[in-house]
Amino acid sequence: MRNFVSVILCLWAGVLVAAELEDRQMFHGEDGVTLRVLSSTDTDIFAPILEGFIARNPSVSVDYAVAGSADIVTLIAECGDCFDVVISSAMDLQLKLANDGLARRLPGLAQQGGSQWRQSVFGFTLEPATVVLNRAAFKGRPLPSTRQELIEALRADPEHFRGRLGTYDVRLSGLGYLFATQDARASETFWRLMEVFGNLDAQLYCCSGDMIDDLASGELFVAYNVLGSYASTRPETLDTVTIITPEDFATTMMRTALVLDSTDVGGAAEAMVSYLTSGAWAAQDRPGFPLPSIGDADAQVLNVVSLDPGLLVYLDRLKRELFLEAWSSALLR
Amino acid sequence: MRRSATSLRRRLTWTLIGGATLLAVLFFLVVRTYAQQIAQQSQDRILEASLTSLMDAAVVRDGEIEVDVPYAAFAMLDTAADDRVFYAVHQGDALLTGYDGLAEGPFDPAVGLDFQTQTFGGAEVRRATLTRALPAGPAPVLLTVSVAQTRDSLAGTLWAISVNAALFGGAFFVLAAGMALWTSRSTVRPLSQMAEAVARRGPRDLRPVVRPVPTELSPLVTSLNSLMTRLSHSLTQSETFIAEAAHRVRTPLATVRTHAEATLMRVDKDENRAALRSMIRAIDESSRAAGQLLDHAMVTFRGDQLERRQIDLVGICRELVDRLTPVAEMKDLELVLIAEGPVEVQGDPILIQNAVRNLIDNALKYSPPEGVVRIEVQRDPVAIVVCDEGGGFPTEQMAELSKRFQRGANAGDTVGSGLGLTIAQDVAEAHGGRLGLANLDEGGACATLYL
Repeated sequence: MRNFVSVILCLWAGVLVAAELEDRQMFHGEDGVTLRVLSSTDTDIFAPILEGFIARNPSVSVDYAVAGSADIVTLIAECGDCFDVVISSAMDLQLKLANDGLARRLPGLAQQGGSQWRQSVFGFTLEPATVVLNRAAFKGRPLPSTRQELIEALRADPEHFRGRLGTYDVRLSGLGYLFATQDARASETFWRLMEVFGNLDAQLYCCSGDMIDDLASGELFVAYNVLGSYASTRPETLDTVTIITPEDFATTMMRTALVLDSTDVGGAAEAMVSYLTSGAWAAQDRPGFPLPSIGDADAQVLNVVSLDPGLLVYLDRLKRELFLEAWSSALLR
Repeated sequence: MRRSATSLRRRLTWTLIGGATLLAVLFFLVVRTYAQQIAQQSQDRILEASLTSLMDAAVVRDGEIEVDVPYAAFAMLDTAADDRVFYAVHQGDALLTGYDGLAEGPFDPAVGLDFQTQTFGGAEVRRATLTRALPAGPAPVLLTVSVAQTRDSLAGTLWAISVNAALFGGAFFVLAAGMALWTSRSTVRPLSQMAEAVARRGPRDLRPVVRPVPTELSPLVTSLNSLMTRLSHSLTQSETFIAEAAHRVRTPLATVRTHAEATLMRVDKDENRAALRSMIRAIDESSRAAGQLLDHAMVTFRGDQLERRQIDLVGICRELVDRLTPVAEMKDLELVLIAEGPVEVQGDPILIQNAVRNLIDNALKYSPPEGVVRIEVQRDPVAIVVCDEGGGFPTEQMAELSKRFQRGANAGDTVGSGLGLTIAQDVAEAHGGRLGLANLDEGGACATLYL
């Protein structure tokens, strides 16, 4: 009876959830259990990974749902039983889920120290926040390689770039918020850049994918803090855009996966996380893996956000209010 | 054999090992307790630092508290075990930010820094709480900051320290136990060395112990030496006494007998001759008794401290037969020695000679005239058998015969003291053998000295 009620609740919640999910697809295995994955990564990017997983685990079907990284927290809070695995680029939110006791510990998957936290949150990619430029818009101009050079380039010709700049709306995007807060921690240049963006009527986006679309179409000239990995996965856009990893510092996040403690299919969920992390460590053995691997050699030059309780700081209500206030006054005028 | 009350060495070993066990356990407990305190203190210090940085970040703006949480406040709580972190900021009793239910009001600034161990979020956490009154307009605002952390890392550290302490304790114990064994052995060694040295001495070696001994043993050695001196003295005395007695008794008796025989030659009256004969008879008996008493005393003395050396039984018997043949011929008896080659044994030649002589004496005494006394040396088992053709032993008294001064009921008027078989028996027993007595079916008796 109790199970029945919880099923009803879940279905009911599912109706609500459906409205907020951006996408939901089934990847069918032969039969057996269904693993419900809630992810912030677009389905078309993640599809090869899921197909690889099902090829290895034929008895598992994957119900893959996509939501914004900030929405994921809301969805879990509303219905913790509705999903088994959470994959997100917002490391801070993932860490908070584990800190609040919602993630299952997987001692069998213990990795090297930095890429996991509490045997619960497992990083499996290493993706720097990049500056993506429209090639045509920079024809005859020097390509900026640092934030300072970007500021100078924008100030040199404000009217050329007005309304053609894009970045995350940190109020909506969990990943955008993570990048912005880590940039702000790293350097004051971030605030000066945001002021320049604000002066030039920057556009605000929810997601990297949309920004890259607009860059490819020529609507945007410069996008700041975009996931370069997204652009790299679309070969057709690489003709029109240039991906620049800032040389002063490149805030780099790990895409992380965790298993919710409430799951009924712990074995399949652990297999999924294991598949992701093993793919991350040995990318050369998995040519189909579409995301930059943690094992990549240039990882040490990047400013990798570390998985530690410090991530909880910017999730504090008062701290967030203060940060958003500063961000708004710089960008929205 | 004496019953041993306790073994000094065992007692010493167990006392030392017991002490080592106690110390090892004590070491483990002390280190663990101490480590627990240190680990708890270090966690408390980090919580305090985090709390202080949070507290310092708080400002009052328009009567409202604003906290700009420093990144380090939580980053410093990163541990090897990735402990979970909780915090709460209260203005008055109302939660301003952080985890609800971590700390409950009312809060009092007078309490100061407060550490509590409690359960939160399904785990045991250590919580630090501090309340401070911030000046704000007309009335101060009460700000309470709580920071808590799970204790996984602490437990891990404690476990590691416990394991190490247990290993150290175990190693210490093994070392101490080894040393205890060694110490007790080396402490007792002089004692056993001395015992061995004393046991190795020959039977007549009563010299004092002169080897150096530990101070604790010197009273024992002194007493032992004084005992041995006295023993040696009294042994010498009794040896002298035996020799003296033999001399004093035998010599005058021989003189008296010579005089009696000379007198007998000169006397013609039958009654006088009869008196003299019975006198000579009495002298013979006394002389023989004195000889046997001395033999017996010597056997007792020598048998207590048997001196063994390689001897040939056949040689001894042949010498005796040669010596006693004249005595036998006087009684018209024949001595026959049956032996082949030398039969060698370890033994005291004087004692064995004594025993065999007494047996032959007995046989000569109880044999009828014209009889034969056979002396046979057997090889397997080593024994000397002396047989006569007399009346044999009275069967019902056989067991009693070898006792001192005991004579057979059929001894009649034969001269004897009853010591002969006792001497033979004592000698046999001193050599680890026995005396066998048997009557022969065709008449006569055999005494067998088994060695």
